[in-house]
Amino acid sequence: MKENGKQIGHTAGVVDLKRQDFVTDQEVRWCPGCGDYSILAQTQKTLPELKIPRENFVFVSGIGCSSRFPYYVNSYGFHGIHGRAPAIATGVKAARPELSVWVITGDGDALSIGGNHFMHAIRRNLDINIVLFNNRIYGLTKGQYSPTSEFGKKTKSTPQGSIDYPINPLCVALANEATFVGRSIDVDVKHLNTVLTQAAHHKGISFVEVFQNCNIFNDGAFKHFTEREHREDRTINLEHGKPLIFGKDRNKGIRLNGLRLEVVELGNGITESDLLVHDAHSPDPSLAYMLARMDYPEFPVPIGVFHAIGKPTYDELMEAQVQDSISRMGPGKLEKLLASGDTWVVE
Amino acid sequence: MQSIETEPRKGLIEIENVTIRFAGDSGDGMQLTGMQFTNTSAILGNDISTLPDFPAEIRAPAGSLPGVSGFQINFSSRDIRTPGDGPNVLVAMNPAALKVNLGDLEKSGILIVNSDAFSDLNLKKAGYEKNPLEDGSLSAYRLISIPLTDLNLNALKDLGLSKKEADRCKNFFALGMMYWLYDRPLEPTLNWIESKFQKNPTILEANVRALRAGYNYADTTELFTTHYRVRKASLAPGKYRNITGNEATALGFIAASQVAKRPLFYASYPITPASDILHELSRHKNFGIKTFQAEDEIAAMTAAIGASFAGHLGLTGTSGPGVALKSEAIGLAVMTELPVVIANIQRGGPSTGLPTKTEQADLLQAMFGRNGECPVPVLAPATPADCFAMAFEAFRIAVTFMTPVFYLSDGYLGNGSEPWKLPRVEDLPNIDIQFRTDPEGFHPYLRDEATLARPWAVPGTPGLEHRIGGLEKQHITGNVSYNPDNHEFMVRLRAEKVARIANFIPEVKVFGKPEGKVLVVGWGGSYGAITSAVEAMQERGKSVSSVHLRHLNPFPKNLGEVLSGFETILVPELNLGQLLWLLRARYLVDALGFNKIKGHPFKISELVSKLEELV
Repeated sequence: MKENGKQIGHTAGVVDLKRQDFVTDQEVRWCPGCGDYSILAQTQKTLPELKIPRENFVFVSGIGCSSRFPYYVNSYGFHGIHGRAPAIATGVKAARPELSVWVITGDGDALSIGGNHFMHAIRRNLDINIVLFNNRIYGLTKGQYSPTSEFGKKTKSTPQGSIDYPINPLCVALANEATFVGRSIDVDVKHLNTVLTQAAHHKGISFVEVFQNCNIFNDGAFKHFTEREHREDRTINLEHGKPLIFGKDRNKGIRLNGLRLEVVELGNGITESDLLVHDAHSPDPSLAYMLARMDYPEFPVPIGVFHAIGKPTYDELMEAQVQDSISRMGPGKLEKLLASGDTWVVE
Repeated sequence: MQSIETEPRKGLIEIENVTIRFAGDSGDGMQLTGMQFTNTSAILGNDISTLPDFPAEIRAPAGSLPGVSGFQINFSSRDIRTPGDGPNVLVAMNPAALKVNLGDLEKSGILIVNSDAFSDLNLKKAGYEKNPLEDGSLSAYRLISIPLTDLNLNALKDLGLSKKEADRCKNFFALGMMYWLYDRPLEPTLNWIESKFQKNPTILEANVRALRAGYNYADTTELFTTHYRVRKASLAPGKYRNITGNEATALGFIAASQVAKRPLFYASYPITPASDILHELSRHKNFGIKTFQAEDEIAAMTAAIGASFAGHLGLTGTSGPGVALKSEAIGLAVMTELPVVIANIQRGGPSTGLPTKTEQADLLQAMFGRNGECPVPVLAPATPADCFAMAFEAFRIAVTFMTPVFYLSDGYLGNGSEPWKLPRVEDLPNIDIQFRTDPEGFHPYLRDEATLARPWAVPGTPGLEHRIGGLEKQHITGNVSYNPDNHEFMVRLRAEKVARIANFIPEVKVFGKPEGKVLVVGWGGSYGAITSAVEAMQERGKSVSSVHLRHLNPFPKNLGEVLSGFETILVPELNLGQLLWLLRARYLVDALGFNKIKGHPFKISELVSKLEELV
């Protein structure tokens, strides 16, 4: 951005930042043992790798435990109001496309009160990163069920069990034609770092769901597939161009049978070549949608990058319309504009 | 209509002032007809004021009473301020239009009707048992009954248009007749037709023919024995254009952006009667403007806040129901102390209310409609042309004080029009924006001593990385703080910041003597009617003065003193007494309200009667 001829935000030169440069002086106030700590650490580790000047990052959040995140990242930050972070981020990014804008949100923030903004930020393909901390519970309000809570969940507000069917965040993102959809797990720090890095490098909307344990109100929500002893058997890491293989012994895979996915064991005539090969770059998100619907125990829980395609972004299209107007009509002249239409002179 | 002098020729009579109302089905093109008549009259040098009045339904059932659309124009050789209390001339394109509007037509006024539209079916739809053109019930008026549909079809018959296509030109036939009747040139409308329909020569030709045929018909038929001339008004010297309030609002915002040298970011969700501002701004992207049609009102507000955080002039526009949705986010802008302007083009409420009708009932919403102690400056333009100055002023205040600002226009101002004397760009007030760039001693909630504004430090500035949000802020550092003393301090500081704006706005000027019997206090779009009524009283030697508030929060500094100079304070408003409530609370004056909630602006005569009662 040019400001009276002066460049704001030094984009030239070598940017050499460390994780520590993104740590603020604010005391982190999540509950001890919260999965948020891990996501914060991995984000702070990812940011220096992007080689973007620190002052060009903007972290925007809504309301909820996860939304305290911007206070702990030493960059520009905006702790907004409940559900509205994608809309605030839209204003920031559309006004200033050169900024790296991140939305930090939770399952209630993004999918309940902010569902509309979530959906529209995605379908516009705004070039921002949305990281959704999914703990399947309302933590900050002390333990009510959330839109991702499993059916029948007993909580303070649902003593007889919830009668809402849960939302699958990935399916919502894919249904809105998200150009990047990924998923990771708070405790799998290496994987989390890889997915965040890929999301950050993606041009266009990047949506990442992170399974995040709330050890106070929903402890162990994901442990049946995230615990180390089961993880390889009960999750599957999606890698573009590779067959869908999983299991401690790498002996199980996913096959497409007609219009359905199925788990098969390798051997007995079934080889790798029978398995589905992951194509994250397919313009058609249908397979990604099918993968997103896989869930334990019928299937392993998929993590990794489901879908990553290129498409012009909202912010660049908006900027292009401004530039196009200027080249077509010339830079606006206020005097001329005020006197447009039929005018007359009174002597 | 006062007759001044008569010239020989087919009775050309000079008159000072005429009010015409065009009325028809909402698909009859009455708004377009009215606007063409307005433009031509403006170019001719008359003073003008207009009142479009249309239904919320895009095409209500043809011929029905709810489907009637009207456009009233007052044009004059003297200075006028309102669209006129009631029409001297009514053009009714069908029975429903006659039924809805006849009550407003002055006795012995000219009534022009399209007799072809008075079929049994249309009469029944309008609730007429007998044809009023035939039963003598219109004898109080100068009825001119014309088979307009047939005349128009005949004029276009060899063009190969379908009957429906040809019939759509009949409004221009009517317009042509009115141009003859009031001695107006055809050229401005002919030029408009040519540029509008250049891609469709047949439709172009049809409209040209309809207009000319109407004009010639009026000239030759025996139905019209005289026509009228309204001379130029003696407006102040300068270059003028005709402008609606919504256009002027958009231009005011663009001007603020140009003077402040910061790009405008307009985020809005379509809503009547504010959408025209979105349409207008989206046409001027070569001024670096970005327009964002948001998914909802809340997104529009929060995106404007985000753009402001990023260093643009954040703006949103809506009407009352939209403001209700934006309330929480406006509080966020108050807490984060970011400059955004919220333009509320008020309409009849509550709830969906009367979308296309005017009202001034959102003043207290603007003042108080948020949780917590949440002060926001409030401004209101007085006339369609004044929208330019006040939209500009809204941004001047927003960026000077780092605060959201309410700009309260209304449907009457937004859609109404008047001649606007173009300001000189170099005469516009200065808006000086200095982003903070120096990291030395920087804190996000430092204060400017005079304005109490905090620094505007935008992303991309090295060394000024900071976090803001809706949680209470610690004084100076901007860190989250739950400290009780700090909270009270900050609440008082935010209130004081808005109160201090009074030091930076003009004092109110009294229209009339500074002391006396009655002072009329108005705000917003009632300026024209109030000033005309007060002037009429003054001409009758009555002790009546007025002030008109364009700054409603804070009030101008001298307002209390002005109020104390009068025995009676009268506050006319298109609500149940909202400014009245504020004035009584603030100044402990026993002011009286004069209230109208009919979706229509005040008439001068209503105000004069009330004032007569008081003096």
